Amino acid sequence: MMYKLQLNNVVKTFGENIICDRINISARSGELVCLIGASGAGKSTLLRCINLLETIDDGEIILDGQDIAEPGLDPQPIRAKVGIVFQSFNLFPHMDAISNVMLAPRRVHKKTRAQLLEEITGLFERFGLKDQMYKYPDQLSGGQQQRVAIVRALAMKPEVMLLDEITSALDPQLVGEVLEVLFTLKDEGMTILMATHEMNFAKKAADKICFLKNGQVLEEGTPDWIFGPDAKQETKSFLSSF
Amino acid sequence: MAKSRRSEYDAAQKRRSIAIASASTIFVVLALIILVPMTPGWEKVQKSFFNTAVLYKSFPKLMEAFKVNVMIFAWSAPAIAVLGLLVALARSVHSPALFPLKVFSAIFTDVFRGVPVILTVYLIGFGIPGLGLPRPWNSPYIWGSVALVLTYSAYVAEIFRSGIESVHKSQRAAALSLGLTEQQAMRDVVLPQAVRNVMPSQMNMLIALQKDVSLLSFIGPVEIFRQAGVFKSLLANFTPYVGAALIFLAITVPATRYADYLMARQNRERQ
Repeated sequence: MMYKLQLNNVVKTFGENIICDRINISARSGELVCLIGASGAGKSTLLRCINLLETIDDGEIILDGQDIAEPGLDPQPIRAKVGIVFQSFNLFPHMDAISNVMLAPRRVHKKTRAQLLEEITGLFERFGLKDQMYKYPDQLSGGQQQRVAIVRALAMKPEVMLLDEITSALDPQLVGEVLEVLFTLKDEGMTILMATHEMNFAKKAADKICFLKNGQVLEEGTPDWIFGPDAKQETKSFLSSF
Repeated sequence: MAKSRRSEYDAAQKRRSIAIASASTIFVVLALIILVPMTPGWEKVQKSFFNTAVLYKSFPKLMEAFKVNVMIFAWSAPAIAVLGLLVALARSVHSPALFPLKVFSAIFTDVFRGVPVILTVYLIGFGIPGLGLPRPWNSPYIWGSVALVLTYSAYVAEIFRSGIESVHKSQRAAALSLGLTEQQAMRDVVLPQAVRNVMPSQMNMLIALQKDVSLLSFIGPVEIFRQAGVFKSLLANFTPYVGAALIFLAITVPATRYADYLMARQNRERQ
C-alpha cells in the first residue's frame, strides 16, 4: 500500500462558503506532514473532516485503502483509529488527568481501570507527566494540559494523529515541551498530520509541508523546497510574515 | 512596618462605613419599635397575630402537620429530578426515531410551565380520583404529589436543558473524536458538567417546592397550612399562620443561604 492516508479532491462547504476546495494531500506511514497557511485557509476544518467530526461534500478520504468518508459508515470505529488533538486542549474538566485518558479505552475497548493502569501510567511517564496523573485540568499548566490531551489521544492506540495548532494557545515558553513530545511520536513511527504556525518546527521535523490558501493546496514539498529559493512567490510572501 | 497611605485611607473608609451602617440600622429598628405600637390598630393586631399563648398551644400540632409537608416533599423531589432529567434528555436527542419523544417532551414543558400550579393541583387532584378509582388510588396525597411532580419536572427539565447547552460544543467533539458514541459522550462528558453548572438553580427549585407543597391543602391533605387554618377557626386567631411561617423559614433560610453559597463558589471557580 502506497499511502497511510490519502485525501482525494476533498470538498467541504459551509453554506455558501467553500472551506476546502478539492484538496489532495497524502501521507505515508510514519510521515509527518505539516499544513501551513493563514487562519481561515481550511486547515482545521480539513483535520476535523478526517476525524469525521465534519462530513465532506465531495471527494475521498482513504485510510489504509478504505474510504472513510463513505456516507453511512459508522464513524465510531474510525475515530478510534484516528486521534485528534485540539488547539484548546478540550480536556474534560470534571475528571482528573488519568480519568481523562482512561475514559475512551474503558468505554470503547471495554477495559477496566485496573487493566489499563500499567499501560496508561507508562504513557504518562513517557511524556513527563507522572506527577500530574491525579491532578485536575485546572491544576495543570497549559503545556501539561496539552500533553495530557496528546496522551489521551494516544491511549486509543491510533494509527494516525491529527494535530490542530496544538501550540497556538500556549505561552511561548511552554511551546517547546509540547513540540518535544512530537519528536518522540515521530521517532516511534506515528503518522502525523498537523496544522501549525511553528515554522521552525515544520522546517526541522516535517517530511512534507503543504501550504494552504483559500481552501486549496497552493504548494507542497519538502521543507527544503518550501523554505528554499524555488518556492512559489505566494508561499514565500506567506513565510516572510513569520 | 509603616502603613502605606493607601491602607490607612482604606481603613478609615471602612470604619466610616461601619459607623454609618450601624447608625442607620439602630435608627430604623427604633423607629419600628416606637412607631408601630403607636398605630391605632396595633393592640388588635398584636392579639390576633402575635399571641404567644396561642402560639404555644398550636405549635406542637403545627410541627406534627409539617411532617406531612416533609413527607410529600421527600417523595416528590426525587421523582422530579428523574422525570426532569429524562424530559431534558428527550429534548436534546438528535435521533430521528426518537422524534416523537422530542415533540412530546416539548409539549409537556409548554403545558406544565404554562398552567398555574394551583390549577394543575385542582385538575389532577380532583379530576383523577373522580374517575372512581378504588382506595388507595383515589388518595389526594398521590394525585396532589403527581400534580407537583409534573409541574416541577417541566421547570427542572428546562434548567437541565440550559445546563446541557451551557457545556461547550468542543467537549462533545472531544468525546466523539476519541470514539465514544453520542450517548456515551452525553453521559460521561456533557451531563456531569451540565448538572454541576445548574446545581444552584436546582437548589432554588427545591426550596420553591418545599413551599408549594402547601398548595395540596386545597385538595385535602392536612399539612401545615391547613392545620394552621384549623387553629385559626378554632381559636379565632391568626397566630398559627405566623407559627407556620416561622417553621417554613427555619427550613428555607438555611437552604437559600446554601444555594447562594453554591452559586458564589461556582462563580469563583469560573474566574
